[in-house]
Amino acid sequence: MNKIEELAYRNSHTKQRRIVNVSVFGLIILFSLGTAIPLFSILFELIGKGSHQINLDFFTQVVPSSVDAMLAKQKGQPIPGGILNGITGTLMMVGLASLFSIPMGLFGGIYLSKNRDKKMASLVRSLADILQGVPSIICGILVYMWVVTTLHSFSALAGAAALSIMMIPMISRSTEEALNMLPNTIMEAGLALGGSYTSVMFRILLPSAFGAVFTGILLSISRVMGETAPLMVTALGATYINWNPTSPTSAVSLLIWEFYNDPNLVGLIWSTALLLMILILCLNLLAKYISARWRIN
Amino acid sequence: MHNDMVTEQTPLSQIDNIDKMGNNIDRKIPISRDLLSSFNSNFEHSKPLVTLTDLSVSYSPEKKAIKNVNLTFYEHLVTAVMGPSGCGKSTLLRAINRMHDLYSTIQTEGEILLDGKDLMKMPAMEARRRVGMVFQRPNPFPTMSIEENVLSGYRLNGISLSKSERKELVQTSLENVGLWDEVKDSIKKRGSFLSGGQQQRLCIARTLAMRPEVLLMDEPTSALDPISTNKIEELILQLKEKYTIIIVTHNMGQAARISDMSAFMYLGELIEYDDTNKMFTNPKDKRTEDYLTGVFS
Repeated sequence: MNKIEELAYRNSHTKQRRIVNVSVFGLIILFSLGTAIPLFSILFELIGKGSHQINLDFFTQVVPSSVDAMLAKQKGQPIPGGILNGITGTLMMVGLASLFSIPMGLFGGIYLSKNRDKKMASLVRSLADILQGVPSIICGILVYMWVVTTLHSFSALAGAAALSIMMIPMISRSTEEALNMLPNTIMEAGLALGGSYTSVMFRILLPSAFGAVFTGILLSISRVMGETAPLMVTALGATYINWNPTSPTSAVSLLIWEFYNDPNLVGLIWSTALLLMILILCLNLLAKYISARWRIN
Repeated sequence: MHNDMVTEQTPLSQIDNIDKMGNNIDRKIPISRDLLSSFNSNFEHSKPLVTLTDLSVSYSPEKKAIKNVNLTFYEHLVTAVMGPSGCGKSTLLRAINRMHDLYSTIQTEGEILLDGKDLMKMPAMEARRRVGMVFQRPNPFPTMSIEENVLSGYRLNGISLSKSERKELVQTSLENVGLWDEVKDSIKKRGSFLSGGQQQRLCIARTLAMRPEVLLMDEPTSALDPISTNKIEELILQLKEKYTIIIVTHNMGQAARISDMSAFMYLGELIEYDDTNKMFTNPKDKRTEDYLTGVFS
């Protein structure tokens, strides 16, 4: 068929083309809905199996010992205790990691945004991207080698260090993207008024990009909150509430692993997992809300 | 200088009683507009303020954007720089307030003198304080209120002002651009509700608050509607009493309406520079004549 005949064929088979169009469109909608199904089914399972275990004790008591749990199970009572040591541990380690990685990530992002064309910046950018792809367990064992053996003990500091290694490239890249999205004219206007680059950056550019920068930070926090493998080899875990950064510490994600391994405490898995999911969901929703409200008109 | 000693040879800058802050003290003898315009067209009696000698700017080693431009801008005059797209007029303007320093690939050669001092040797921040710039698209800082926008130059330079100084400066600057009556009830609000013309006037107020000697305007009305354009052109005619204005425009009508001197550039070279009336009625170079009659644009 030559081109003219092909065009005539296409023009005359409009009904066929419409059917194909609608079918493809329908498939697209179906697959999009399909991507939401795993999330909804996870939430459904967790809420179904875990919500009855969440009570005030859950947030105020530490993990029960295996014996206590066994005794309670034999008596037919709900497992006593809660996961307060995990909650405080996660708070402390994610807090320490943020304290270290937010400034480093911000400055890294500023550097990458300013020196878009320079070779050194391209190298740093590539390394940050590669670092983001390094498996978290490898980050964990590296920190084991550097921090745990140096301090001669597992510690919250080591756990925070491992989490920082994962957070810094994420925050750098999202800060860089946020700053690059700003129109160039704002920076030029600030510099044309005689301001130094530093003052323009901190007084005009970062506040203007605040929504996107903050969102990037929130998302990186929500990502590391659920990390388990690196914490297993750096923070180890603890059965008591620990605020000492140089001692082993528990974490919510570590507790899920511990409950999985202990047949007496298995019942607590669902509630712990539900709590973790809710925390992460809340952070993500907060990030979306902020990025929607802070958009520059 | 007594006003009754005013003659045709008196330079314009000595006629007005202008104090150091640029405020007009009342003249004792009213000077008619006709006399003023004849002074303006006689540029030999005006003081040169910005002198470009052999200025060349190149974006890449092979191609020069502007080649060996020799040009003098006179004090308290409006000079229009005209030419077809790509002729280098914006490049010329941005060289005067050292904007090319921001991009390492841009090379600038030649000399620029500001009131006798070498502009290329002074610190870039000082150069930009003395030479203000207004950009093509209005760009008020999005996270700052109108008041903060006007004062942003001081904030960026780390200069602190007392509350009364701030209030006075904001009011004076906004009055000078004819915006005070329109926004005096909302100076604490962000400027996003302002129209394009009002935003551009806010940007001019922000630049003028720094009391520059020279005001560079890069096609300031090309993004605005005709009414706003008209208001800004009237503003420029008022501003030239206190400031020296260099305006890049691709609108020949605008150049004819508001400028005293005009420079015509083509393919990076300065082709002709003369009194506006003389150039428009009797251009000396064929290329100027072709441009003015619309053979190319």
